[in-house]
Amino acid sequence: MKRVLETKAVSGQSPNYLLAKAQDLIDWAVNSSRANSLWPMPFGTACCAIEFMATAASRYDFARFGMERQAFSPRQADVLICAGRLPFKLAPVIRRIYDQMPQPKWVISMGACASTGGIFDNYAMVQGIDTIVPVDVYVPGCPPRPEGLLYGILLLHKKIKGESLFDRAPRRDEQPLDERGLRLPPEQIDEISEPFGNSIHQFRSG
Amino acid sequence: MSKRTIAVELATPGLDPQGRPARIPLAAGVGPLEQYGEPDAGEHMLINIGPQHPATHGVLRLVVELDGETVVRVIPHVGYLHSGFEKLGEYRHYNQIIPLTDRTDYLSPMANNVGFALAAEKLMGIEITPRCTVLRVIACEMSRIISHMVWLGTTSIDLGAFTPFLWAFQERERIYNLQEMWTGARLTTSVTRVGGMMADITDDFVAGLRQFIDTYPKTLYEIDRVLTRNAVWVGRTQGVGVMTAQEAINYSLSGPMLRASGVPYDVRRDQPYLDYDSYEFDVPVGEHGDVYDRYLVRLEECHQSNRILRQALERLADGPVNVADPRMILPPKSRAMSDMEAMIYHFKQVMEGVKAPVGEAYVGIENPKGELGTYLVSDGTAKPVRWRIRPPSFINLAALPKMAEGHLLSDLIAINASVDIVMGEVDR
Amino acid sequence: MNPSADALRATFGGAIARAAESCGDTIVYVDRAALLAVMAWLRDTPGQQYDYLVDVTAVEYRDRERPLEVVYNLRSLARRTDLRVKVELDLRGDLAIDSVVPLWRGADWLEREVYDMFGVTFRGHPDLRRILMWETYAEGYPLRKDFPLRGRFSRAEQVRQALNANPEAHYSMEELSIAEAHDELPPDMRERLRRGERDKIPYSE
Repeated sequence: MKRVLETKAVSGQSPNYLLAKAQDLIDWAVNSSRANSLWPMPFGTACCAIEFMATAASRYDFARFGMERQAFSPRQADVLICAGRLPFKLAPVIRRIYDQMPQPKWVISMGACASTGGIFDNYAMVQGIDTIVPVDVYVPGCPPRPEGLLYGILLLHKKIKGESLFDRAPRRDEQPLDERGLRLPPEQIDEISEPFGNSIHQFRSG
Repeated sequence: MSKRTIAVELATPGLDPQGRPARIPLAAGVGPLEQYGEPDAGEHMLINIGPQHPATHGVLRLVVELDGETVVRVIPHVGYLHSGFEKLGEYRHYNQIIPLTDRTDYLSPMANNVGFALAAEKLMGIEITPRCTVLRVIACEMSRIISHMVWLGTTSIDLGAFTPFLWAFQERERIYNLQEMWTGARLTTSVTRVGGMMADITDDFVAGLRQFIDTYPKTLYEIDRVLTRNAVWVGRTQGVGVMTAQEAINYSLSGPMLRASGVPYDVRRDQPYLDYDSYEFDVPVGEHGDVYDRYLVRLEECHQSNRILRQALERLADGPVNVADPRMILPPKSRAMSDMEAMIYHFKQVMEGVKAPVGEAYVGIENPKGELGTYLVSDGTAKPVRWRIRPPSFINLAALPKMAEGHLLSDLIAINASVDIVMGEVDR
Repeated sequence: MNPSADALRATFGGAIARAAESCGDTIVYVDRAALLAVMAWLRDTPGQQYDYLVDVTAVEYRDRERPLEVVYNLRSLARRTDLRVKVELDLRGDLAIDSVVPLWRGADWLEREVYDMFGVTFRGHPDLRRILMWETYAEGYPLRKDFPLRGRFSRAEQVRQALNANPEAHYSMEELSIAEAHDELPPDMRERLRRGERDKIPYSE
């Protein structure tokens, strides 16, 4: 607010300056409202969902950050929190939920499995939900502590407050799947799904 | 069509002359469904519940065929959380599998660790130390309490009571603190090792656990006071989802599901592992096999776990935690860095793993959900040929179509909640 | 050694291939043709009373010459005794075995899981479909030793197949009672049901 109201010395400035200030004011109002009343869509699958529940329960209470209302329907949600591992069988489900959410929408990938596949580098597991839906904030940990998730939510607040309605390239367009039915080119999916660290040593049986 | 002869007086029960909460008289009842006439055949509706639905406790999917509001058939679809645990286990050393066991039934991670360690020790023929035995009992019973707390919290949400959820999660947070004190992790504990434990407990932990034992029953009594004689709770759970003892055995149910149906079988008492045969505890057994009895059994099990924890703390004696076998147990870091022999043992264990003799072992332990079996087959290498989890909630869930048939759709939610599923274990 | 092993040999003779002991558990190897008879005998004979089926699973060894084993863990609740029954199936032959669902309803999902993971067919099973993987899963049987840890297809292909799957594709009209009325449905609805249900994903590679 302070930054926006510092418009005392506007006389003699160019009209563009005034326009920019007005845009700032609108952005500030819109983004603050968006950031401070996020309605989460908890897509809880595994262990992280338990920590998510702990974050929602009395001790950590993410209602303090404007997330009082959990939207179990994607049509009324702002932020999709994927808490837990995502097998291939569940991949079309999360994609559909993401597609059903109205804009503006954000995605938090909670935990190692949602972000990278985690320890499950095998036939059943999507190696990171960013091959399925675009992700805004990755929260590391297996599972992340509630503090970690809260920090991720605050980071998302920061990100939302940095957005602008007046960007040249509209950032809030729907990103549908391409004609192959993929979000990313196949080579890129293969690349980000590569095993990392020492897991290559565990490849062989015996 | 099932008959519903549950009686409910739709009023909050008052106190009787002695000042105790009065029991609800089981008299005036909702009539049997027949009085509304035979349901029309043919006009059936299909409803899809899940896999993303708050009342399915995870990513379970139910396809329900309804006649009016009565469930004609329900078909559970599982596998939405299939993570390939058993395949991964074939590529891991025995000790490396323990972190995987945390993530199967993530509501009671410590008990899973114990189950796997017991099976591996049976396979390798290791006798664990007395202190380790007591620590594992503590781990199992702490897990039972927090798992039942989640069950109570989520089930009460499903049936419309939000408050017990907050109480239950407060207790969980206290156990989380204890687990963190012991293992460094809130949820994914990995507390056991083959032949011992990852760490010994501290005096602070003992004091904290003692304080927990003393104060925790208060929450149980509060939950008991809110739910047990609550008209809504009783009306929605009594006579719902009945399994007779015969059916329960035929469907291979285990744990509280089996005992609520009146089969007094508890692995801890009837095929004792660790040293459960020397503890004094009761095995609560239900009578009617309905959702209400399952609730009573689980609530009483929390009290009994408390009893066992108290006895375990009494008999906690000093002594080594790990077996005295340098080939099994990692040396302390300081010795591994300064002593040549310890370093070699450390290297061999980390790089090659501990080899198990050819053979196979099955160990079933009484997990909060039921009998968690671990079946290990070894061909003499450091990695098992087969690591099979006998998943209690998977097998219990298979009886859901049988239990839900003929009940109302809203009862289906209660029945599904009463199975106490955790999808990580159902799908593995 | 569990005395039931000797009793089984005395009753069934040649159908009991051998009995072994491992880590204190008794294992009885049964000929596959005699499986149902042996199981029914174990369940119903007084003095045996193995009335509780603990688990059904399968084991494939890394040694390709060894047969695949289907493993049944039985328990007598009254006598507090366990017994493990195994049936050996040659990997080169057909992997088929009688279902024990007529004896224990609890075997239903367990056998489906063995079918899903190992490809063992259970004859007489009421509803033998994949249970953990989806019905159009094309890569094979995950727990077989010749199945690579990361699956047969590339990650991109796996993601493509997963995303192209129809989330509603698993209604399986046959298993619901609408299947009985299927022939009377109008042709366009039948066509829609057919498309929505199966072979949505063309197999590639």
